[in-house]
This record gives sequence, structure tokens and C-alpha cells, in this order.
Amino acid sequence: MHVEQISVFIENKSGRLAEVTRILGEAGINIRTLSLADTSDFGILRLIVNDAEQAKGVLKERGFTVSKNEVVAVEIPDRPGGLAELLQVLDGESINVEYMYAFVERSGENAVMIFRFEETERAITTLTGKGFAILPGERLY
Amino acid sequence: MFFDEEFETLPREAIQALQLKRLQAMVSRVYHCVPFYRDSLDKAGVAPDSFRSLADLQRLPFTYKQDMRDSYPYRMFAVPMEEIVRIHASSGTTGKPTVVGYTKKDIDNWAALMARSFVAAGVHKGDIIHNAYGYGLFTGGLGAHYGAERLGASVIPMSGGNTQKQIMIMQDFGSTVLTCTPSYSLFMAEAAKEEGIDFKQLKLRVGIFGAEPWSEAMRNDIESKLNLSAVDIYGLSEIMGPGVAIECAAAKKGLHIWEDHFIPEIINPETGAVLPEGEKGELVITTITKEGIPLIRYRTRDITSLTYEPCVCGRTHARIARMSGRSDDMLIIRGVNVFPSQIESILMGVEGVEPHYVLIVDRKDMLDTLEVQVEVGEEIFSDEIKHLQALSFQIEKKIKEMLGVTCKVRLVEPKSITRSEGKAKRVIDNRPKA
Repeated sequence: MHVEQISVFIENKSGRLAEVTRILGEAGINIRTLSLADTSDFGILRLIVNDAEQAKGVLKERGFTVSKNEVVAVEIPDRPGGLAELLQVLDGESINVEYMYAFVERSGENAVMIFRFEETERAITTLTGKGFAILPGERLY
Repeated sequence: MFFDEEFETLPREAIQALQLKRLQAMVSRVYHCVPFYRDSLDKAGVAPDSFRSLADLQRLPFTYKQDMRDSYPYRMFAVPMEEIVRIHASSGTTGKPTVVGYTKKDIDNWAALMARSFVAAGVHKGDIIHNAYGYGLFTGGLGAHYGAERLGASVIPMSGGNTQKQIMIMQDFGSTVLTCTPSYSLFMAEAAKEEGIDFKQLKLRVGIFGAEPWSEAMRNDIESKLNLSAVDIYGLSEIMGPGVAIECAAAKKGLHIWEDHFIPEIINPETGAVLPEGEKGELVITTITKEGIPLIRYRTRDITSLTYEPCVCGRTHARIARMSGRSDDMLIIRGVNVFPSQIESILMGVEGVEPHYVLIVDRKDMLDTLEVQVEVGEEIFSDEIKHLQALSFQIEKKIKEMLGVTCKVRLVEPKSITRSEGKAKRVIDNRPKA
């Protein structure tokens, strides 16, 4: 039910983002989606790629600090109010979203959102209970 | 274990009697042989034969590094050049270096004191000493080398640099003792890890680290990463070189300074007043056996304290505390005195933080600013911004609490702080010079 995500620490200076994507490109790794969280000094680049283990390896080799963790991909009806419905369900159960970002491709008629929850298992149980489809990682890589 | 049990365990009264006798002889000799000292003693109104007790030492004027620069290269030497068998010079960061000359007897004493220091650190005949202090004008390499030979250990004269080769030699030659700067030891540990070499598989047992101030927390880090017992050694080329003082392996609490050759004092660096036992101030050393270039009350600029309390190891020589910095390394940030080593201790107290840091001091809108750059390794990294920000905040808060200075912590990528193979550069001061 989980999706593997890698996170990379990057300093806020020119060329770092280009460097990460270049290293991944040269290693033949395909970036499926990504999001960048930034502060004035540094950023955390979060990526979903076709091979998380290999991506982590090549970036570490080049001196980057990388971690791998699990996020959840949820299908959301692609219409006005779709995301609001899902967030309401989470709010009703007091489940915190640490961060979220959109997946680039659609899944049939639905949009796909990537979530990092404080309590992953409880979030999955709650959402599936309310009829939301959770996508396995293999569908995204 | 002692190298020279009789002298290392002399009762205090005997040490003092010996010091007085040697001091009287030295002062009268330099008065007659070194014009610089004749002038300074005359100016201070001290007759060279007027010494009755060790307390008379306080009547003598200080000698500064600048005095040695002014006497460049040989004018402070107290013997004719024919008697000088070796010349070293300090790494002068600005202007001319300070030059020191050794007679045959000076080299002999130095080797013996360094051998004493090795034994105090837990080294013995039969050890293989991997000496990664630089050989050359710097006293570190040759100083440790002669001491190792005097002890009868096997010495590998590696000198600094070429880290891959250092690691290969340590592995293949079965080195049991490592001598280098503390920052270089960690640099080697990191390089070894990258090559998949585990220091725990090496035969290293003792590490003797010096030439830069380091903290107790850094000792713990080195001991766990290099799997050895790490001791602090002190020395400076003006006084002799390495082996002026060393921690004993038994206590690892303060460095025994060899008082039958050196008289230590702690002074207030601003007023010059001698401070009571235990108080922190600048270390001042008088050499009482040196022939080539004897020094009277030399201002080392190193900040420490002195204790005469008996030590569990049985040595009776006074101990100086680990150097907490240099009076000229001391940063004054918005009026607060800050030593880089204090910040290092705080950083090392934070779980997962590596001892690679740089302090950047600048001035913005007439106010001093301090930025502490800390590398983000895997142990402290998180995919969530808030955890990293909490870490920065935690460090900033600790520095504020413990040192009273506000700083900004900047998290940087691993390896973005330059690694040093000699003395680590910890401070970049961008403030305009007054």
C-alpha cells in the first residue's frame, strides 16, 4: 500500500537542483513526480522515481544526504471539491497531513495525490473505509 | 609505566629546588649571551644574580612572539651557530616565521621528553608508531619521530597528506599508535569508511593528537570512530615542539607539563598578573634547560589553567587543562568572548551532529553576526522541514544559553566544509579590520 519516496537535502544555491536531476538522468533513473520544500537556507527535494534504491545509491555516492521513506498515494475524483472531501474525512478523524503534492499522471478518471501522514496506518484504514482507493507503489514507478 | 621514573615522580620540593637552580643558571647565561635579554632585564631593573626564590620569576618581563620576529632569524640564539645542529620555524601566518635553533643537547632533551610523553600516553617499546605529523620546518613530525626512536618503538615517518596511502599503510604495516592532528584523524576515519575499511579491524590502540585545541566531546567521537585511546599532547615550536605536556592514559585529565624543563604560569592576558592555581588564563612558559634559544616567560597565547593536585598515574608534575583556545583565536562577538572549541563542544553534544563546522563572523548594520555552518549527515536528516528547523533552533538556543551569544545555524550539505589535512580552519572572520 506504500509508495517509496526519496528525500534529498539541498543547499539553497544555484545549480544544486540541476545537479541532482543530472545525476539521476545519467543513471537512467526516471523521475515520476517531485516536490520541493524550501526555506531561506536549504530545501528538501522529495522524489518518486522508478527505482528508489538505485537513486539513493547514486546520489549518496555523489555526496548528497538522502533518506528513503514511505508515503501514500490516494486516488481523488477529478472534479471540484474532490480534494476537499478527502481532507474532510481526515479532519474528522484528526489525522494530520505532514505534506502533500500531486502526482503528474492521472489514474483513469481520477487525479492522484501523494501524502505524508503523521500516522500512516491509521490514515490508510480511515481512507479505505470511506471508499478512497490507495494506489500501490508499482502502479506509479 | 614511566620512561624516567626518578624525574617524573620527583617530590614537589625537589622539583622546585631543581627549577630554581636551573632558572638562576639560565637567567645569568642569557643575560650575558643575548643582547635582547640584557636590555629587557636592565630595563626592568632586575640583576641576573638577584634570584633567591621561584617567586622572583614574576619580576621578569614577558617575552612575546613579536620579540622573536624582531630578532629574525638568529638574534635570540644564546649559543654560537656552530653549536646549533637543527633549525625549525613556526608556520607564520602573517609575515616572517619565528625561528628556533637546537643544540645537540636540546635535541637530546626533546627526544627524552617526547619519549616520556609517549610512555605516559600508554605507548611502549614494540609499538609501531604511525607518525602523520608533518615533517619539515614544523616541529611535529621530527619531534614525535625522535621521541619514538628514543623510546625504541618502530616509527613510520608518514608525514601529512595522501590519506588513501596513510590508511593502506596503517592496515598493512599493523600500526598500533597514530600521531596527527585531531581533525586529521577524523578526516582519515571518514575516508576509510568511504573505502569500506573499518578502523575496528586495524591494530591501532593509542592516538596522540595535538597542534590544535579539541574538546572532550571530540575525544569521545574519535575514540569511537577510530577504536583507540585518544590523548591530548601539547607543544609549541618556540618552547621546543611536541612533548612539552601530555595527558597520561591513567587519568586523561589534564596534561602533565614537564616541570624539570619548563616553568608554567597562568596569567591574566590583559593585566599580566599571575593567577592562582585553577584559574583560567594565558599559559606563560619559561624554559630552564634549553641552550639554543632559552625563553623567559614566553606568552604562549594558549588559554588553560594549572593544577598541582596529585595525579593517579604517580607523576608529580603539574597539569594544565586541555587548551580551551588561544587568546588570539578568541572571537569577541558583540562584546562576548567566544572560543571555537566551546561551540564545538555544544555541537558535539547534539545527537548525530558531525564535528565538521565553520564559524562565519561578519558585521551587518554595525552589529557582529555569527553564523555556524553545520553539515547535514544522514543521522540528522529528515524529509520534513520542521525537524531540520527544530535542530537548527535547538543548536542556536544552546549556544545562546551557554555562551550568551545569538547566532544563526545554517545547515549545509555534507563535505561542503573543507576538510583539512593539517590544522582545521574553523573561523572565517569577514569583519572589516579596525
